[in-house]
Amino acid sequence: MRNDYRSRNHPAWWAFLVHRLSGLALSLFLPFHFWALGNALQGEARLDTLLKWTEQPLLKFAETMLVLLLAAHLTGGLRLLALEFLPWRGWQKTLLAWAAGAAFAAGLAFALAL
Amino acid sequence: MDMLKVSVWRGAASGEYRSYEVPRQESQSVLDVVTYIQRSIDPTLSYRFACRVGMCGACAMTVNGVARWTCRTHVAKVAKNNTLQIAPLANLPVIKDLVTDMREFFDKWARARGQFVSGAGTTRKDDFARVAADSPERVAANAGIECIGCGVCYASCDVVSWNPDYLGPAALNRAWTLVNDVRDGARAERLAAVAGDAGCHACHTHLDCSERCPKNIAPTASIAGLKRAVMLAALKGEL
Repeated sequence: MRNDYRSRNHPAWWAFLVHRLSGLALSLFLPFHFWALGNALQGEARLDTLLKWTEQPLLKFAETMLVLLLAAHLTGGLRLLALEFLPWRGWQKTLLAWAAGAAFAAGLAFALAL
Repeated sequence: MDMLKVSVWRGAASGEYRSYEVPRQESQSVLDVVTYIQRSIDPTLSYRFACRVGMCGACAMTVNGVARWTCRTHVAKVAKNNTLQIAPLANLPVIKDLVTDMREFFDKWARARGQFVSGAGTTRKDDFARVAADSPERVAANAGIECIGCGVCYASCDVVSWNPDYLGPAALNRAWTLVNDVRDGARAERLAAVAGDAGCHACHTHLDCSERCPKNIAPTASIAGLKRAVMLAALKGEL
């Protein structure tokens, strides 16, 4: 029998899922990021046109989501490094809470343009 | 009298859940429920248990989707709306009903070099080795030494589901306790045994094992320790 989905309902597994999905989403975004930067090679005007296009509200929202994903992936990665390399006894859930809190703080700071 | 609605896996790899009604008792364990079904309703039900007090590791099953030691799991803690679903442990072949074939699980302990090997040049005439209780190695070994081999961690591990060759949390935890045994004489062979594709580096750090271990052991910590030990040994050219 395969592992039951109900056994995955605990904070560390959700943290794994967030880390994996944010990583995949960021890797999908990366080619667009390079493509956008590559537009600068075609001249200032072309890049400016693209940057203007990204001022739309939907894209601004997507940008905030992107920052949130980046923050979640970064803090999740730091949590994993701490788990692998630091002496470790039963404080992984505290680490999880810190990682989630820091990621949301970073996302909110960006969204509110602090 | 309050009745529990219990669905129990019947069959082997293929089979079905069959429903039973079991009287609800105070301080009732899941193992009590399974025992009631076998003794009072259906004597053909197969399941495994021995000590009934959380020492032997024989009675682990999947209860409402989560692997647990059934003798120390109170119905009150796991029943939802007076219903229970009881299945054999995941990631192991089912022999019949709630009984799994644990051979692969224990063979992996052997593959991870889970046996103590006395150091070179030692004899049975030597005096007892003196190991300080507060030495870092002894403290690390102590953290993992209480494993009862119930298979709950192995059944909960996604990596075992994905890669059937993966040694699994229990075998790797055992290897880590021996890596920290200062009397042990097979450190290099053991680190080589756990360093392959199916060894400690395959762990995805889901912490399923640490979340579910009924003895509150954190095999993830042991596996992280093995990763560090393997890396250091590789850097020193010992692997």
